[in-house]
Amino acid sequence: MSAFAIPTDEQRALRETATAFLAGHANARSGRDSDAALWQTMAELGWPAVLVPEEFGGLGLGIAEAVVLLEEMGRSLTRSPFFSTVALAQPLLLHAATEEACQRWLPGLAEGSATATVIAAAGLSPAFRHEELAIRACRRGDRWELQGCAEQVLDGDGADMAFVVAALEDGVCGLFHVPADTPGLQRSALESWDSTRPQGRWCFDAVPLPLEARIDRPAGFVAGVVHALQLAALLLAAEQVGGAARCLELTVAYTGERRQFGRVIAGFQAVKHRCAQMMVKLETARSALQGALAALELNEQAVASEIAVARVLATEAYRFCAAEAIQLHGGVGFTWEYDPQLHFKRAQWASHWFGDADTWRDAVADGVLGGVTERHQ
Amino acid sequence: MNKAMPDEQQFRAEVADWMERHLCGRFAPLRHRGGPGDEMAYPELRREWEAEMAAGGWIGLGWPQAHGGRDLPLALQVAFHEEYARAGGPGRMGHIGETLLAPTLIAHGTPEQQARFLPGIRDGRVFWCQGYSEPGAGSDLAAISTRCWLEDGEWRLRGQKLWTSLAHESEWIFVLARSTPGSVGREGLSFLLVPLDQPGVEIRPIRQMTGEAEFNEVFFDDARTAADCIVGKPGDGWRIAMALLGFERGLSTLGQQMHFAHELQLLVAAARSCGADRDVGVRRRIADAWIGLRALRANALRIFARGENATGPEALVYKYAWSNWHRDLGQLAMDVMGIAGDVPASEDPWRRLQQVFFFSRADTIYAGTNEIQLNIIAERGLGMPKG
Repeated sequence: MSAFAIPTDEQRALRETATAFLAGHANARSGRDSDAALWQTMAELGWPAVLVPEEFGGLGLGIAEAVVLLEEMGRSLTRSPFFSTVALAQPLLLHAATEEACQRWLPGLAEGSATATVIAAAGLSPAFRHEELAIRACRRGDRWELQGCAEQVLDGDGADMAFVVAALEDGVCGLFHVPADTPGLQRSALESWDSTRPQGRWCFDAVPLPLEARIDRPAGFVAGVVHALQLAALLLAAEQVGGAARCLELTVAYTGERRQFGRVIAGFQAVKHRCAQMMVKLETARSALQGALAALELNEQAVASEIAVARVLATEAYRFCAAEAIQLHGGVGFTWEYDPQLHFKRAQWASHWFGDADTWRDAVADGVLGGVTERHQ
Repeated sequence: MNKAMPDEQQFRAEVADWMERHLCGRFAPLRHRGGPGDEMAYPELRREWEAEMAAGGWIGLGWPQAHGGRDLPLALQVAFHEEYARAGGPGRMGHIGETLLAPTLIAHGTPEQQARFLPGIRDGRVFWCQGYSEPGAGSDLAAISTRCWLEDGEWRLRGQKLWTSLAHESEWIFVLARSTPGSVGREGLSFLLVPLDQPGVEIRPIRQMTGEAEFNEVFFDDARTAADCIVGKPGDGWRIAMALLGFERGLSTLGQQMHFAHELQLLVAAARSCGADRDVGVRRRIADAWIGLRALRANALRIFARGENATGPEALVYKYAWSNWHRDLGQLAMDVMGIAGDVPASEDPWRRLQQVFFFSRADTIYAGTNEIQLNIIAERGLGMPKG
């Protein structure tokens, strides 16, 4: 038995700060104007630096701290480039880019003076295949040329740069640093059902890049990309757990006030049992999340399968809790004014990015049963 | 993160080594046998196994040394249960005495009761069963109607207990009975220790849907026990009974999960042997079973990380989570077997998986039904109104 770590005083303090701060800066219902200021304040709090080692200008804290922040952002439906920059781009640099690229780009991303996103296969599944990569790169003499269109890039309309996993010749791929203001790059915003998840389109038509734009680590690059996307999936699971917890809180509070038949509806067993089932799914997902964190910190070999556990259960918990929140709020649950709809949209979004639940199940099945699950595309 | 202490590793190795040297020879048939749903297996041999374990010093690991225990810390007790199950250790015939009654006697019994009853439990000689449920007192346990009264310097009992597992293999039963005539609910109950081998006690097996009879009805018809065979005072029964349930702190939880892992391995073997392992739907359901079991483990580790005196939300949801997981596993196993599952099997993996399918229907009923669990979660975990 390896007992789980109890949260440190610092982690508790971080959570308290985050809860209070994010509640005071909820932006899911406001326009985008204040998003940049929110990011700046997060930067002043040091949040973009939690995962980055000190040698690259970060705070060098653990993934547990990032999990705390993302849970709270999930709870408060925060719209921020935090996820794409901290949970996605930073791990990709740390696990798949050259030392020089880490020196060059991580300090700015840790400081919050820049934001970044990642382009690979649509939906950023860690189980991506080479032919699914949206962008191709060809060497043309003393430069690289990028070709292709990435339709839905996370925070793609606002990010200052993208790290692009592009297909090279047969079966090989490389990593490219692409500033948002690269001449020839066609960038446009996309509308999303989930307004807390801005997306953008990045189109390249023979866009030239200097040779030094290619920054993939010579050894273990693809494994590094896969691991970074797995970590992003784990951090998304943290956000899902936070969102599910909020759905349950909202539902318990609402049913505790809403009166019908002369009593609060929270007293009806049909309502209580469904809230209890929300709690079962939530706490199971939370346990799984802690299990994955413990596996990561012990550097266990089976970490991918522990992430699968957290990811599948967090997806299930958030979808279930968001849907039940709407149902148990009754008519008002269907309105724009109440928050369950925002969680419902976010839960749907989160369910298929970074590998949907079946993708993760198939990976587990391949490990447990051997063989390869044949998936209909 | 606390790395495993070296002495835990050493202790685990010690347990594993002992199991390897003792769960063999005449005890070999007991491997992986005798758990819930399989309690009819080898009763005589399992009694002898209890004595073997006692001789090895494996009973009473958590009891204070003053009472003949080893006073081991929680982590080592959990490690023992895990290694025991990993080695295929059989279902424990003595677990009710060791893990429920003994801690109750240590906390609430008199020195005389402790001296009289603890050695038999620790030595693996005397077995106990639990007399709580009644025909009219299931989920509403406080509705107990079995009566007890003092007469001629003895306690007498009249009434009926139900779902008493291992009654036919036990020497003693602890009984919750109503000592204050006309009292209702949690008031007026007493906690008595009653010998089973007497004319006033009749044990009848209850044939269950598996065809076997692991549970019993126990009838008390003016049964007797000594005046000093009461734990606490008359009227303290509910408090003692609830304290007893509190001693089941989930020490054997990880051991139970090792059994589950073994069953999942049997399921994988079954799926391979019939080719179902190539089916996408089956593969995903097996993946879900594996995922669910890992989450149960993480949930248990979360419970232990909190320490002995704190209860978190994960402890509240645990019974609901594991029992429903187990039920789903049984259904999946039968779906994998297909029509072959319609014929009772005599060999593993098929035999055990069929047992899981049927017996797991009881998992969501005993020790608090699904519905009671959800009430507890809503009321204690979410603060929703009672009733």
